[in-house]
Amino acid sequence: MPRYILKRLFAGILTLLVLVTLTFALMHAIPGGPFSAADERNVPQSVLDKIAAKYELDKPIAEQYFAYLARIASGDLGISFKQEDTTVNELVKQGFPVSARLGLVAVIVALLFGIPLGIASAVKRGKWADWASMILATIGISIPSFVLTVLLMYLFSVKLRWLPVFGLSSWKHYILPVTGLAVAPISYIARLMRSSMLEVMRQEYIVTARSKGLAESAVILKHALKNAIMPVLTYLGPLVAALLTGSFIVERIFAIPGIGRYYVSSIGDRDYSVILGMTVFFGAFIIVSNLIVDVLCALIDPRMKMEG
Amino acid sequence: MSDITMADELFAPLPEAERPGSDSIARPSVSYWKDAWARFRRDRLAMGALVILALIAIAAVAVPMLTSYEYDGQDLAAQNRPPSATHAFGTDKFGRDILVRVCYGARISLTVGIVAAAINMVVGVVYGGISGYFGGRVDMVLMRIVDILIGLPSLLYIILIMMFLGNTIQSIILALCLTYWTNTARMVRTQVLALKSQEYSLAAKVLGASDARIIFKHLIPNSMGPIIVTVTFLIPQAIFSEAFLSFLGIGIQIPMASWGTLVNEAIPTIFTQPYQMLFPAIAISLTIFSLNFIGDGLRDALDPRLKR
Repeated sequence: MPRYILKRLFAGILTLLVLVTLTFALMHAIPGGPFSAADERNVPQSVLDKIAAKYELDKPIAEQYFAYLARIASGDLGISFKQEDTTVNELVKQGFPVSARLGLVAVIVALLFGIPLGIASAVKRGKWADWASMILATIGISIPSFVLTVLLMYLFSVKLRWLPVFGLSSWKHYILPVTGLAVAPISYIARLMRSSMLEVMRQEYIVTARSKGLAESAVILKHALKNAIMPVLTYLGPLVAALLTGSFIVERIFAIPGIGRYYVSSIGDRDYSVILGMTVFFGAFIIVSNLIVDVLCALIDPRMKMEG
Repeated sequence: MSDITMADELFAPLPEAERPGSDSIARPSVSYWKDAWARFRRDRLAMGALVILALIAIAAVAVPMLTSYEYDGQDLAAQNRPPSATHAFGTDKFGRDILVRVCYGARISLTVGIVAAAINMVVGVVYGGISGYFGGRVDMVLMRIVDILIGLPSLLYIILIMMFLGNTIQSIILALCLTYWTNTARMVRTQVLALKSQEYSLAAKVLGASDARIIFKHLIPNSMGPIIVTVTFLIPQAIFSEAFLSFLGIGIQIPMASWGTLVNEAIPTIFTQPYQMLFPAIAISLTIFSLNFIGDGLRDALDPRLKR
């Protein structure tokens, strides 16, 4: 067991190191990038001086690399080279709580709708719940989330005028962005839950539980659910990554001042140092959440101890 | 007993006319691919999806040839016109014909999807084939590299590559290939691992066939079914990613327009000209929908054991 955790930890750190090395290499390689020759850029001299001083650009490249690693390790993600006196850490500090709140609501909504829908469609195969989850899954697969979000906005904010279009100031403002984020995860969780539930319901201990005379609801909720929910828990790691990319879209469409919007607007401005700093932040966030989910699953599920 | 003579003619086959019917082969022998096609053709959903996709592909090729409108042909006298006889899908804010732009978008999306999937297939097959066939230390090293790459958040990494390479179709395809091949490689490796210990590949080895011959003549052709299914599901994924990138403004450059760009461009006018968003949104959803159902149909047809 500790061996598995150590192995995952090691792989996670290695992946992070690859990502940071990649961003460092790109900082140097991008034409007009933050570390490339000064004459290709249209950047205020004061910012250039600051970058040159901060990243010690006169030193050999290996030394620069290790200094960069040390700075990232200490949590310094760099400075904007388009806006003076803006650091990536400030943008993260401003935007992350907003995005995290939205993302957390979306995770809760996805689990609250996805799991019961999956259970219902497995228990009552061919009934309405099964059909609902099938239709939802088809929508979740075929309509890209940005199209769905824009369509929802058109329907509920423009046509029906039920819900606000911009911002995040009341609970009503949360409905559309959370829906936009959660539809694809709900459909995925429902399908995952359905197939794992069908698998578990065939096991012998379920027959035993039934033959003891337990009520069907107790069999499903106490016996089957415990094992069937494992794949959904494993999915929580990838879900964080999915919500992060979803936030790029949703925060842009609804003008929500979250970290995803800062990221997208820095792409538009070609503010490379912000893009790269945020990439390191997002990457670390995703890798760490995957790690936590994997370790938690290993702790919960004794069968995982056998592997790795 | 002993007066039965063991004459040779007792052991000759019966003349054709006297043979009992049960022994004759009633049907022509069916090859794997014929059998799969027969199964696929019976799948109404998959056949319907194939027809829809074919229609979209034909429109993508034919419509721009048949009309006099160009994708970048501005007509300032006909701005923001709703759908009519002259412009079936209406015009945008520069008076460009939306039908033609959607068809050009289809060319871009389908090209990106098919080319990216094809390159992925080749890279994944070679890499996974080598890893699975040689096993041991080669496999260890190759698969650890894949583990690390899979751990990287793929979208962030695609965005970084796009920033570096610039906004062209080629760079999108390259960026997608650099990230997606890992899954194909893993799948091919698993297949090859399972097949290489089968008797026919042992027999080939005993007969002195070279490693390359065993891999490419025996192992790969026998894992073609799962490979094709994986690659079919890669096409919609690639189309989706391209649309996502273009939607964020780092995909195809203006005045060229992919479906993602068209949806993005239509957001500001969604209050007044919703049709400008609707047509590209329908096109992209229909395409991804069809490709997913074709993939499902192919999986059921090529590998009946996997049928859900």
